[in-house]
Amino acid sequence: MLIGVLALQGAFREHEKMLRACKENIETRQVRLPGQLEGIDGLVIPGGESTTMGKLMIEFGLLDPIRALGSRGVPIFGTCAGLIMLAKDIVGSDQPSLGLMDISVERNAFGRQVESFEDDLDIPDMGEDPFRAVFIRAPYILSVGSGVKVLAQFGDKIVFARQGHLLAAAFHPELTGDYRVHRYFLETAFVD
Amino acid sequence: MAEKGTLKVKTGLAEMLKGGVIMDVTTPEQAKIAEEAGACAVMALERVPADIRAAGGVARMADPTIIKAIMETVTIPVMAKVRIGHFVEAQILEHLGVDYIDESEVLTPADEQHHIDKQAFKVPFVCGARNLGEALRRIGEGAAMIRTKGEPGTGNVVEAVRHMRMVMGEIRRLQNMPREELMASAKEMGAPYELVLWVAENGRLPVVNFAAGGIATPADAALMMQLGCDGIFVGSGIFKSNNPAARAKAVVAATTHYKDSKILAEVSNNLGEAMPGLEIASIQPDQRMQDRGW
Repeated sequence: MLIGVLALQGAFREHEKMLRACKENIETRQVRLPGQLEGIDGLVIPGGESTTMGKLMIEFGLLDPIRALGSRGVPIFGTCAGLIMLAKDIVGSDQPSLGLMDISVERNAFGRQVESFEDDLDIPDMGEDPFRAVFIRAPYILSVGSGVKVLAQFGDKIVFARQGHLLAAAFHPELTGDYRVHRYFLETAFVD
Repeated sequence: MAEKGTLKVKTGLAEMLKGGVIMDVTTPEQAKIAEEAGACAVMALERVPADIRAAGGVARMADPTIIKAIMETVTIPVMAKVRIGHFVEAQILEHLGVDYIDESEVLTPADEQHHIDKQAFKVPFVCGARNLGEALRRIGEGAAMIRTKGEPGTGNVVEAVRHMRMVMGEIRRLQNMPREELMASAKEMGAPYELVLWVAENGRLPVVNFAAGGIATPADAALMMQLGCDGIFVGSGIFKSNNPAARAKAVVAATTHYKDSKILAEVSNNLGEAMPGLEIASIQPDQRMQDRGW
């Protein structure tokens, strides 16, 4: 199985490492231009600066092809900036997004870097052991549409959600050694 | 319980900046231009290095008014510089809520023997280095990100190249050493032994490593990326050129597509005059910023 990782900016190498290590027979490809989307079975949009990524996606013609990919049912997993890119609605911003997931997100919602944190997160779908989640200038999901399943909350804030083949996390599983979230993506998003 | 200011959280932000360009800005207007061009962060300053060099005298932390105005203008992370060893300037910046502090040789050092104890802060620090020993000393003090120093404010990439090759070469040398030689190596480099061991085993710095000091063109940025850095700082190179918006955008594209010569050729077109450059040999030894830091 070939998973593309959007490599315009951000922590794309960490995602590649996690994907290749968490399951057998996974290959990855860095995607910087539309041609590199051809033949991929799924896509990861990493953390980084969502404004930077959005601008580069438009400049190099990636926004529409990725939106088409997602509409066609190709699994996409977004973390942090990737979550913002997947959202239909970004509060108080007109920055470009794919608008694939029926979620409304708030950017830098926990505050600036000094407010960034890590904590144990309960993710019922991933077993009893808590997941050590790293939140960096993180967004959260304010509200979700009816087709979206909430997978985890931090207090009353939604930080992990799935809409069929689309998965979005406000935290960074690629910065931990815990493969469960990546494995979950590879196992659930590809079911149909 | 939510833990703030952990090493994971500090180094994590640097991980998110990778493959991006951090630009020096002195006004909210410049910050907006940088953000529009796709900068992944900005460095808020009173003067860019080329002007600091020209003005002479003592260069200090910027006025908080400028830093706050820039923080209010952009949504990307805002960094700011403090003098080497000036931990009170750092306390002030932490209080203002800047996202990263650069303990920088561009400003006039406040301490000629000691750097800041960076572990004492919740806000992460980036520090300059010319070689592996210097990088590991800074990491030992708590730096969560390293940048090679180059020679700031010159528009001349030669020192940035020298420092990047030095760091990468020393890492390769450690990787090939038998374990029993690593202690003597740590002693020679003046670097913490545990970090030397880590580098020998992993073949890289334990934190993200950007290039800085003299980068003025898209080709300079791509050169540094191909030499193995994780991202780019551009100081005077953008706003000392005659078309900052176009140049900023081109440097961002060149950093993302650093191995794609077709795109590099395209974005290098029609950028207007780059900043005027400085021959390194023409700089008086006591004016070399890279020699500051211990």
